[in-house]
Amino acid sequence: MIIDKLLMSGYGIFVWSAFAFTMINFIFLYFVTKFKFEKEKNKFVLKYGSLNPEQSKAARGQATNREIISGTTVKSKI
Amino acid sequence: MFKIFGVNKMFSITYRFQKYVFFLFVVFLSVGLVEALLLSPPDYLQSDSVRIMYVHVPSAWVSLGIFSTIAFLSIGNFIFKNKNFSLIAKSLAPSGLVFNIIALVTGAIWGKPTWGTFWAWDARITSMLILALFYGMYILSWKIFEDKLQVTKITSIIAIIGLVNVPIIKFSVEWWTTLHQPSSVKILSDSTIHSSMILPLFLMTAAFVLFSLLIFLMKYNTELIKIKNKGLERL
Repeated sequence: MIIDKLLMSGYGIFVWSAFAFTMINFIFLYFVTKFKFEKEKNKFVLKYGSLNPEQSKAARGQATNREIISGTTVKSKI
Repeated sequence: MFKIFGVNKMFSITYRFQKYVFFLFVVFLSVGLVEALLLSPPDYLQSDSVRIMYVHVPSAWVSLGIFSTIAFLSIGNFIFKNKNFSLIAKSLAPSGLVFNIIALVTGAIWGKPTWGTFWAWDARITSMLILALFYGMYILSWKIFEDKLQVTKITSIIAIIGLVNVPIIKFSVEWWTTLHQPSSVKILSDSTIHSSMILPLFLMTAAFVLFSLLIFLMKYNTELIKIKNKGLERL
């Protein structure tokens, strides 16, 4: 029965390759996008961590900045 | 008028939604795959090869939907001069292109057992290929041009010109004699698809929409952090 499902009346190679191609693209796109997101976030965290107290106070005033660094080690510095 | 599209407001929403969208995507995709590959019946004519429809059709729908959204956001950007419109459009483009490629490739794979060939210069297939070229030009323009005002104008023009191709794709199977079959799922009239195939098609479409939303959120947040990075440099 499992073999029948895999073979799909002789169309298995077409069906499985179409689904595999789709999933590979999903995984690739997800990880590339996530990698770029993390890279940019880390860059931000590094810059934020190197700010002097005055600059840090100004940066902290923005809700988006606080949101980006939430859950990172920089949070404890402010 | 467009306060909701303010960068700070949008970030607080989009940043939190990522994990929920990811969870929903996994649920819909898992159930959709079981339905599409195991539970749905084979077609009386195409047999099991019809299962390719569950990845091919949603990909084509999502890629067309995304391009139309990009084009309307570009028109909106020209009218309302809201920078966030172009940022949203830019963030939508990568998933749109990937879905377009999936639609073309899975269509070619489906074409072999159905038509006996992977490719034909058929009106529907050719117009989908043209859409992929528009996506390519749109994404490349964001990478090539550095001047912000110039790149916004160029990408908007590409999207608006490309919008002409969308109804051509939709109606190509009716306007010309094509190898590609006419639409089976219709909104305004009765669908010709069997009800047992509607559920997996709906589930897979929902999963694909959620995936494009997830990629959009990640890409959009990346773009916002880039802006914030520049803001830190100015402090």
